[in-house]
Amino acid sequence: MTDNLAQIWVYLAREPLAALTVTLLAWLAAQRLHLACGRHPVANPVLIAVALLAIGLVVTGIDYRTYFQGAQFVHFLLGPATVALAIPLHRQWRMVRRSFPAIGLSVTVGGLVAAGIGVGFALALGASRAVTASLAPRSVTTPVAMGIAERLGGLPSLTAAVVILSGIMGAVFGPMVLDLCQVRDERARGLAMGTVAHGIGTARALSENPVAGAFSGLAMGLNALLTALLLPLLWHLVMGG
Amino acid sequence: MINAITALLVCQLTGELVSRGLGLPVPGPVLGMVLLFVVLLVRYGEDGPAPDNLNTVAGTLLNHLGLLFVPAGVGVVLYIPVLVQAWAPISLAIVVGTLVGVAVTGWLAALLLRL
Repeated sequence: MTDNLAQIWVYLAREPLAALTVTLLAWLAAQRLHLACGRHPVANPVLIAVALLAIGLVVTGIDYRTYFQGAQFVHFLLGPATVALAIPLHRQWRMVRRSFPAIGLSVTVGGLVAAGIGVGFALALGASRAVTASLAPRSVTTPVAMGIAERLGGLPSLTAAVVILSGIMGAVFGPMVLDLCQVRDERARGLAMGTVAHGIGTARALSENPVAGAFSGLAMGLNALLTALLLPLLWHLVMGG
Repeated sequence: MINAITALLVCQLTGELVSRGLGLPVPGPVLGMVLLFVVLLVRYGEDGPAPDNLNTVAGTLLNHLGLLFVPAGVGVVLYIPVLVQAWAPISLAIVVGTLVGVAVTGWLAALLLRL
């Protein structure tokens, strides 16, 4: 009996099946909870699913790397999904083209403000240079942010965690902030979500409105490009070295 | 449907090759998005709808975009010690930086779009 259990355990730990299934189950549970809460933004499905799985890993003592071996099949789809953002963009292209200068300017300013505030707090509170550099590229999509952090002398892995937490923060509270600021234009709402909360914000924007979703995906790509080009220059100007 | 999946992967792969080959700071999937967008614009024009199977596959992926961030999100547990160590600057940067960033971008965009 114990032999059998051990064999089952070895099978589950080695094969990707268990981690993959649990990830999908956590997502379905999170979506149900999100619906049960009347789609309340705080009951964000990404936040709930991550919390459920993180608690599960901590309680069972399963290593994250073991979990990721299975979950990487879901993670892999991020690439094709990013490419797929071209379709809503194409659908809304007429509207996008008409407002290109406004889009470029607001994404640039918003991206720099989001980065500047992070760096400002880190400097004011005496964080180490490595932590400050890890916080600077916080609002852009994970692979770009990690690359930038590395170039600035930050910790790419810490950046990845901070990027995801910022994305969840933006997805959960961004729409409420926009309501408070009385920003009702779906184009502007999408630009704000994509600039500051990258793909996680775009997921939220897509679920609210197709126009907001298209603008959010565009803003995410644009901010990745602008931040990758501008942030290293500004960093050297402000921080020296 | 396989056509559509292949199209997405070909765009991503091309993006990765260009990004790495030329040492560009933009990740492959973002370049892939630009590439697919240009192809759609050239082949189907500004108003022509994209092919049905591409719409279906893209719709399925994007309807569950949040799910795709979950595995990386769980990775945050690895960094709890680092996050706790510098919790004040990190949490302030995340909370204030994100919320003020959303407010400024949204407000500025709404203003500029009205002009």
